[in-house]
Amino acid sequence: MSLATHLPALQVVLPLASAPLAVLLRHGGLAFAVVTAGAWAALAAAIMLWLRVGEVGVISYHIGSWAPPWGIEYRVDRLASFVLVLVAGMAAVVLPWSRAVVEREIPRDRHYLYYAMFGLCVAGLLGIVITGDAFNIFVFLEISSLSTYVLIALGRDRRALAAAYRYLIMGTIGATFIVIGIGFLYLTTGTLNLVDMAQRLRGVENSRPVLAALAFLTVGISLKLALFPLHQWLPNAYTHAPSAVTAFLAATATKVSVYVLIRFYFSVFGESLVFERLPLPQIMLGLSLLAMFVASFIAILQDNLKRLFAYSSVGQIGYITLGLSFDSVHGLAASIMHLFNHGITKGAIFLLIGGMVAAGARKGGGVPAPTFDRLAGLSGRMPLTSFGIVVGGLSLIGVPGTAGFVSKWYLIIAAMEQGQWWLVGAILLSSLLAVVYVWRFVEAAYFRPAPAEAASMARDEAPLAQLLPAWLLVGAVIWFGLDTSFTAGSALEAARGLIGSLK
Amino acid sequence: MSTALLIAAALLLPLAGAVGIALMSRRPNLREAVTLTTAVMLFACVATLASPVADGQRPQLLLFELLPSLPVAFRIEPLGMLFALIASGLWIINSLYSIGYMRGNAEKHQTRFYVCFALAIAAAIAIAFSANLFTLFLFYEVLTLITYPLVTHAGTDKARQGGRMYLGILMGTSIVFLLPAVIYVWHAAGTTEFAIGGILPPGIDKATVAILLALFMFGIGKAALMPFHRWLPAAMVAPTPVSALLHAVAVVKAGVFSVVKIVVYVFGLDILAGTTNWLVAIACFTILAASLVALHADNLKRRLAYSTVSQLSYVVLAAALVAPISIVGAALHIATHAVAKITLFFTAGAIYTAAHKTEVSQLDGIGRRMPWTMTAFTIGALSLIGIPPAAGFVSKWFIVSSAVEGGHHAVVAVLILSTLLNAAYFLPIVHAAFFKPLSADDAAHPHGEAPWQMVLALTATAAGTIALFFFSAPLLRLSQQLVPGLS
Repeated sequence: MSLATHLPALQVVLPLASAPLAVLLRHGGLAFAVVTAGAWAALAAAIMLWLRVGEVGVISYHIGSWAPPWGIEYRVDRLASFVLVLVAGMAAVVLPWSRAVVEREIPRDRHYLYYAMFGLCVAGLLGIVITGDAFNIFVFLEISSLSTYVLIALGRDRRALAAAYRYLIMGTIGATFIVIGIGFLYLTTGTLNLVDMAQRLRGVENSRPVLAALAFLTVGISLKLALFPLHQWLPNAYTHAPSAVTAFLAATATKVSVYVLIRFYFSVFGESLVFERLPLPQIMLGLSLLAMFVASFIAILQDNLKRLFAYSSVGQIGYITLGLSFDSVHGLAASIMHLFNHGITKGAIFLLIGGMVAAGARKGGGVPAPTFDRLAGLSGRMPLTSFGIVVGGLSLIGVPGTAGFVSKWYLIIAAMEQGQWWLVGAILLSSLLAVVYVWRFVEAAYFRPAPAEAASMARDEAPLAQLLPAWLLVGAVIWFGLDTSFTAGSALEAARGLIGSLK
Repeated sequence: MSTALLIAAALLLPLAGAVGIALMSRRPNLREAVTLTTAVMLFACVATLASPVADGQRPQLLLFELLPSLPVAFRIEPLGMLFALIASGLWIINSLYSIGYMRGNAEKHQTRFYVCFALAIAAAIAIAFSANLFTLFLFYEVLTLITYPLVTHAGTDKARQGGRMYLGILMGTSIVFLLPAVIYVWHAAGTTEFAIGGILPPGIDKATVAILLALFMFGIGKAALMPFHRWLPAAMVAPTPVSALLHAVAVVKAGVFSVVKIVVYVFGLDILAGTTNWLVAIACFTILAASLVALHADNLKRRLAYSTVSQLSYVVLAAALVAPISIVGAALHIATHAVAKITLFFTAGAIYTAAHKTEVSQLDGIGRRMPWTMTAFTIGALSLIGIPPAAGFVSKWFIVSSAVEGGHHAVVAVLILSTLLNAAYFLPIVHAAFFKPLSADDAAHPHGEAPWQMVLALTATAAGTIALFFFSAPLLRLSQQLVPGLS
């Protein structure tokens, strides 16, 4: 038995094991080392899995050697391996970044708890992606959600508690809906294995429990992925959580929920049920458009930079669900691509903002909110941070040469294939809203003179330990804007595999 | 050196120059030396490529594929060569001028200025050499973004607002109109590779062609077709060397260059026949309307900007006439307008630096104090009006004769009217400068010519304006290759 055959298990077990270890160690530094090592190991496993899927196709791993559908199956296809790389990669970048910031934003005696929760969250998200078992999805969803609530509440701002509580309520409702949906499916099919379930659903697609399951799952997952107008928890959570948590969640949590939605739609229910017999595509299209315009517009009005980009996330999720609603290879590929491209973009932006906040905290007492007043003259004080945010902003707009452009390209092709020219116009017009909110930042950072008390224009760049991970992501934003073989290649392959897989 | 290597060198030289400039930020003399050396080397590099291109070779360089059959690649054809020669050649002179201007006016952030300038030139060269629509689009957007810090160089509220207009229109049009057009071509044709005769699939219906043409023409905001022209006057808040090289040559010419390139290499002249009447009409309207605005503009740079809007539409008009000879006229006009307009902007900057004057009404009698400058101005003005022996005459000749040949009488009338308008807004300046007496206030504040670098630069381009009239053969030879039947 070689180690390679157990990669799927290691993928989850390594970060999962790091969490209790961190608690046992009860020491901030050691906990950091253990959890970071777990995340890096997970990244290595994810990359190896991605490569292996390219060689041997779908990997099915039987936990405890119990064959499915009786035992739990871990199932890695192209889509799963792609999302695994995103989640593990973001964890591997964000954790080292957060070391110094955690010192400032979280009381010292809780450091090890922070790392333990982070490890749990990573393990939960990875588990959701890799498992081929419906109930297992729910379990991992709860693991990641509960740890997320704690992580958000660790923010120093008192409002972090309220934000975490709000997310707890909304998230629990969502999880409840999901478990009800899964229950209905179990009731109908008598199995929890997703592949088995999909086969047994043939013939009973139109029964009421199945339709009810579809409805419950759609609403529940939509809550978790912050589909407009179920996004209410997101802006506060992103704004008040510790910076590292915001960056990690923005890049992964909603993306994994999108993954779950795609998994249920295309691998369990099948698109004929979801898209042909119900008006789901129309509803999803409408909500996506609302997200793209309303949320982006609200983003323009924000005074706090974190909140601005939080609303921008709601808008960008609109692009992802829009691609889904097309039910075509290019549309689905655009969604999968954007899930990754937007993940790294937002990760980069929130890390840079976090560095900025930390610099403010170094000087004064508390953790200052990144309001536009405080951004004045930022380009002089923190040139690399400001420029990095601008590059991330360009990717949100979809300027060629950045990652965001590639997903937009496929999204527009998908809209053209549908013959929906007005949608092409809508997609393009909504990206102009992104120009506006990104340029609000540019004008504040580059044109407004620094306030007099801010010690004039002295350079005050974030330390290398923070700049390096953040710029690694900024570099990735440009890299994946120019070399798309990984992103577009994986997404297209995944989409081709999913569309029509159940016919 | 192989031609592919030369292309790479032409693209990398300005980038390397930008790095060098940034490294020398504390030693201004060395920094300017880097700019000048880079400019000279770039021109040498482009010029070396010129003769193989004129002989019919098409050097190319493939960088990488962004998506399947969507490569970032370069391939030099005559029109691109022409544009690259103009941009790189005038960069040398412009750098000399910039040194005089930036120092004479004690501008801040000079290093950033020179760095962005070099990067803008790199983007312009990449546009000129692009082998396909996607590469062109990529660097078109890069050029917009990299010139933004140059337009807003002053950092004032006015600059910020000008920058908003600049970025808003250029980026807005390129995202909303140009991008879907590019994607549609890729989707419909399976390629965006430029090819003589066009790449659109045969049997494409006329309505689609018309819509696509509209998306391209309004999407290329840099060509300043009305109603998307307002960014150009707004960009005049930039320091004058920027207005001179970028907003009379590199950026706006990138716009009309793209127009001609798309008409010739994406659509092809045959497919467009009969679908371009509306474009002719809009171009004519832009020519006249912009001239009328120029007539009433008292600010000299604003007058020049509207003159540019009008002259750019000459190129669009010529392309829209879709006759072989009009395409030659369009290509030539890109070159002749460039040298003439950069001269005019140079003189505007020289007047500002030496006399601190920005308005046309303040220029009485200035010709006697700045004879070199105002003589150059006169030559540039003559070229734009289209009077021999200035270069503008040559290109206008081709455009007018293609309109006559095609039986477009209204177009001929518009061109004549526009010539009169050009004369009406340029000649009074010449008259006032040389023949009106100085005002009492001016007489009390003596001044001479601008710094020598600026005078040298504007004299050189004025001489070039005349030289292009007498030695237009090489330009003509390149332009004629655009249309297979003519060469």
